[in-house]
Amino acid sequence: MKKNARKPKLKITLALCALFLLSACSSLGEPRGEENPSAAPSAAKGDSDKLYIYNWGDYIDPALRARFEDETGIRVVYEEFDTNETLYAKLKPGNTSYDLIFPSDYMIEKMKKEDMLEKIDAGAIPNLKNISPRFKNMDFDPDGEYGVVYLWGTVGILYNKDMVSEPVDSWNILWDDKYAGNIYMYDSQRDSFAVALRKLGYSINSTNLDELTAAKEALIAQKPLVQAYLGDPVKDKMIGGEGALAVVFSGDAVFCMQENPALSYAIPKEGSNIWFDAMCIPKGAKNKENAEKFINFMCDPEVAAQNSEYIGFTTANEAALQLLPQELKDNPAYTAESGALDKCEVFSDLGPFIAEYDKAWTEVLASKRN
Amino acid sequence: MRGRNIKKAAYPYILWTALFVIAPMFLVMANAFSAADGSFTTANFARAFEPIYLAVMWRSVELAAVCTAICLLLGYPAAYFIARLRLKSRGALLFLVIVPMWMNFLLRTYAWLTILEKNGVINSALEFLGLPKLNLLYNSGAVVLGMVYNFLPFMILPLYTVLEKTDGTLVEAAQDLGASRAGVFFRVTLPLSLPGVLSGVTMVFMPAVTTFVESNLLGGNHFILIGNLIEQQFLTVYDWRFGSALSVILMLIILISMGAAELAGGAGEET
Repeated sequence: MKKNARKPKLKITLALCALFLLSACSSLGEPRGEENPSAAPSAAKGDSDKLYIYNWGDYIDPALRARFEDETGIRVVYEEFDTNETLYAKLKPGNTSYDLIFPSDYMIEKMKKEDMLEKIDAGAIPNLKNISPRFKNMDFDPDGEYGVVYLWGTVGILYNKDMVSEPVDSWNILWDDKYAGNIYMYDSQRDSFAVALRKLGYSINSTNLDELTAAKEALIAQKPLVQAYLGDPVKDKMIGGEGALAVVFSGDAVFCMQENPALSYAIPKEGSNIWFDAMCIPKGAKNKENAEKFINFMCDPEVAAQNSEYIGFTTANEAALQLLPQELKDNPAYTAESGALDKCEVFSDLGPFIAEYDKAWTEVLASKRN
Repeated sequence: MRGRNIKKAAYPYILWTALFVIAPMFLVMANAFSAADGSFTTANFARAFEPIYLAVMWRSVELAAVCTAICLLLGYPAAYFIARLRLKSRGALLFLVIVPMWMNFLLRTYAWLTILEKNGVINSALEFLGLPKLNLLYNSGAVVLGMVYNFLPFMILPLYTVLEKTDGTLVEAAQDLGASRAGVFFRVTLPLSLPGVLSGVTMVFMPAVTTFVESNLLGGNHFILIGNLIEQQFLTVYDWRFGSALSVILMLIILISMGAAELAGGAGEET
């Protein structure tokens, strides 16, 4: 009796299970382009007074967000990501709950290729005129159709003048025994390989296995000198004088130099990575007009200046540059010296070759230090 | 009648497990055995057995084993001591074991950074005393320290539960029959507490072998563990298939080590 009573329920459980599996499998097999709005924020359709933003952590002056809400009456729902890859992973299954995203150059290229971005209506953004023309014709978005450049920066060496007396102008200093245990590398495959590849005179987008192997060997040889491979914590470390040299992003360098005057920033003469983050609208955004209103708001010179000063990365807004304090404009991490950018390259999407980088990076990290 | 009602109460859990534990495990399996075009392959597993990845796995198991052993050596005496105290003091000490878990473990791991770094708490104290500074952070010692610190309560609590329930009359009987203190411990208390040792070892080894936080924060990424490797596959390389294969292997490693522990425990109980 007992057994009989239980059986049907178990069957239902199993059937539900099978259903779930089937639906999951079928969506695995097919190309995942189709729309599949998730249960996330915008479950309710037509909430036209809202704007769902997905931005990098700590990448906007929160006061400006509040001001936008006050001025327009649009409620901003704000979420943060920490890498381009996280952003991609979240949007790839067809998650259209966001209206505005902030991907970087190579990710814009990739998303554009995979039809994940909506064209932006330039007519809806009169403030576009403030953006310097050189940011409207980028390789990853030739006619500026899919994004409006928000901020840009470089990767370089942040160093402590109390510990490094010689001039810092080359990546080679990161291979100098003198600084053993006082060097921080960046905790990211592409950025670390960019350093090694440029040091050897290769492109940061190299898909040549021999070049990659040479870079890998250089990074393994460097490992005994490296104190740690860090992400964001490197800022605290450099401010606290825990190390002498670190590979950092220019805007982070601006912040660190304001906190500790002994710090300085240099873009090595071999060249480096230059990157751009843009405001883009994902395919299927439900509040596209609100997103365009927000883009227009962020392109206002005064707003853009306040935001850039708050974050430390360089604005693409020419009118905003005029409004910035001289001290910030004179900072070599904010305004790159002329010529310093000549040999800088933008990352491009490497496609499946990225697996080779991953393997090489694993070898670097897994190799014993001594 | 009552029994049936209680069984009904378990259905939500069964459904939950089926949907969110068992089904995802099958998805991971499906991913692990499929090629880019969706056909069946074992290539993902073949790749996982390349020397470089074997080295990473070995390093993970090694660190987790060291961590588990240290937790056992520290946790057993602690649990034994607490279980022998008066009821009131027991509560207070157990409370102290649990209190750190009220805070997020990421935060507690960050705190170790400030303690261990070059100009950190320990080195400042050493400097003040005129002693040379030590390199405490970003080595395997720091990683193991972080793991032991985070996982020690998982060893103490199950051990305490078992030791506290040990029948005191058995100990008295052994003493009456002339066993030395060491004899009582090794021939009565320890065998009786083996189930606690087993669950403690399981509860510590599992999170220790899968963790990627300590190696990242306290190891400065000098030590890539299998947890880091899997994270990397899903978040930076988008190679979900290889990541899934690694996850399956990790599950197997845990299953095998737990099976081995179970066998060892069972053998111990029989003698």
